[in-house]
Amino acid sequence: MISITEILKDFPIFETKIHGKRLVYLDNAATTQKPRQVIEAISQYYETRNANVHRGVHYLSEIASEDYEEAHNKVAKFLNAKGMEEIIFTRNTTESLNLLAYSLGLNELEKGDNIVLTRFEHHSNLVPWQQMARRQGAEIRFIEMTEDCRLDLASAEKAIDDKTKVVSITHMSNALGTIIPVKEVSKLAREHGAYMIVDGAQSAPHMPVDVRELDVDFFAFSGHKMLAPMGIGGLYGREDILEKMEPFLFGGDMISIVSFDNATWNRLPWKFEAGTPNVSGGIGLAVAIDYLGKIGFDKIHYIEHELTEYAHERLNELSFIKIYGPEPKYKGAVVSFAMDGIHPHDIASLLDEDGIAVRAGHHCAQPLMKMLGTDSTTRASMYFYNTKEDIDALVESLQKIYKLFS
Amino acid sequence: MSSMYRQLIVDRYKAPLFKGKLDNADIHFHDANPLCGDEIEVFVRLDDEGKIKEAKFDGTGCAISQASVDLLLEGIEGMTPDEVMGLDADFIKEMLNIPLTPVRLKCALLGLKVLQAGILIHKKKQEAGES
Ligand SMILES: Cc1ncc(COP(=O)(O)O)c(C=O)c1O
Repeated sequence: MISITEILKDFPIFETKIHGKRLVYLDNAATTQKPRQVIEAISQYYETRNANVHRGVHYLSEIASEDYEEAHNKVAKFLNAKGMEEIIFTRNTTESLNLLAYSLGLNELEKGDNIVLTRFEHHSNLVPWQQMARRQGAEIRFIEMTEDCRLDLASAEKAIDDKTKVVSITHMSNALGTIIPVKEVSKLAREHGAYMIVDGAQSAPHMPVDVRELDVDFFAFSGHKMLAPMGIGGLYGREDILEKMEPFLFGGDMISIVSFDNATWNRLPWKFEAGTPNVSGGIGLAVAIDYLGKIGFDKIHYIEHELTEYAHERLNELSFIKIYGPEPKYKGAVVSFAMDGIHPHDIASLLDEDGIAVRAGHHCAQPLMKMLGTDSTTRASMYFYNTKEDIDALVESLQKIYKLFS
Repeated sequence: MSSMYRQLIVDRYKAPLFKGKLDNADIHFHDANPLCGDEIEVFVRLDDEGKIKEAKFDGTGCAISQASVDLLLEGIEGMTPDEVMGLDADFIKEMLNIPLTPVRLKCALLGLKVLQAGILIHKKKQEAGES
């Protein structure tokens, strides 16, 4: 089994000193660091195989097309989709969700329909639906949050009904870490014939995802939160639904036959990938998935859960810290907290002076923050390359900050 | 790296000298930084010559925004509103004398922004009253 020292050696960023100090990177929910293997795959692609895909018969173009398709296959396996035709590459989760909001919203959503979300949604799974609902005269409903910051399944039964066209929910809250029981919700969506969409931006990097076992129609994710480069992400969609769906972006590559006044669409998944794609990103994503496979989600879960429990334990020792969100067993590796009398931006700035990277703010979940009675928190989010020493550094620095302000 | 949080900043955040409200303020404005939710409300009274006699602020937010406005209100006593309109980011940077990242500079400038917006409104009102 690969050791933490070996893992850390794979991530060149950790050689960078931050204000002369060791980098303690605890902002993984925002984006993760990239292993050498991914960085090398991208430069190797540009150095030896760069060409546009699906357009040339020349050698490089064919190689690039093959690699790019192979990346789709890799993602299909990663999510246990049936095959490449169910995997659309996008820039990120936000674009994947917009694809769905536009395509389903403009073509299927009718006046009087409703869209069901949770109170945990990131702005990217809230704002596109708000816009579509307004445009089409549909209603947005929310599955509520319990007192202990978990999903209130009873309220899901009330929210989802025969007028529900779309259920779109996050798999894991980026602000609090709460893991959402997707399968239970998808059961309800099925009973009422609604499309079931999952925002997997925070789950795909940290837990095994099986779209068929979860029984969902769509699953959106971002490569950059799971070791891959920025600018590549994806959307799983069930083949029979994608076949019937209207495209979102129009142009080159997504067509089959074009005349001056009409066009027909390419086969899946290309029907949904208009224009020159991010080939190097796709290749980087494939290598990132290999890397995750090498570590294994069992180990990733084990490391992250240990770290989360340890962080709770250490932070709970500090009387001036209040943790938001559920107990570790109900969440991923995210710890969102507040500190008596000190603003999250000051905490984050002062941690930064010690080389510790965290996020301060509303975490793109303003309405959720308001529900919690605050407008911002400080968030430490971990990945498998973090260590207990990182948590110790955080705690030590927080104690120093508290002293400075008291 | 020297800290953004030198003692003066922390002290003025914890125990601001100009925090409060003024009745019958000549200049009064309230605004927020939508990105971080910091809020500042300023109150200014002018004397007979139109110079700043007394200024107070109310608000919530980070130490940089709150200490910055507190120090600013101390600095503008005796100035005319036009002189305050001439103050810029460099003035604030010099006043705070701390290394500010671009993001945190926005925090530091919130107080000045609110104050200058209040002065503009005050001037408009005056012009309307005179004509
Ligand atoms: C739960 C969740 N959904 C969606 C997003 C948006 O991801 P991206 O900015 O990569 O589109 C994020 C990223 O912060 C997220 O955490």
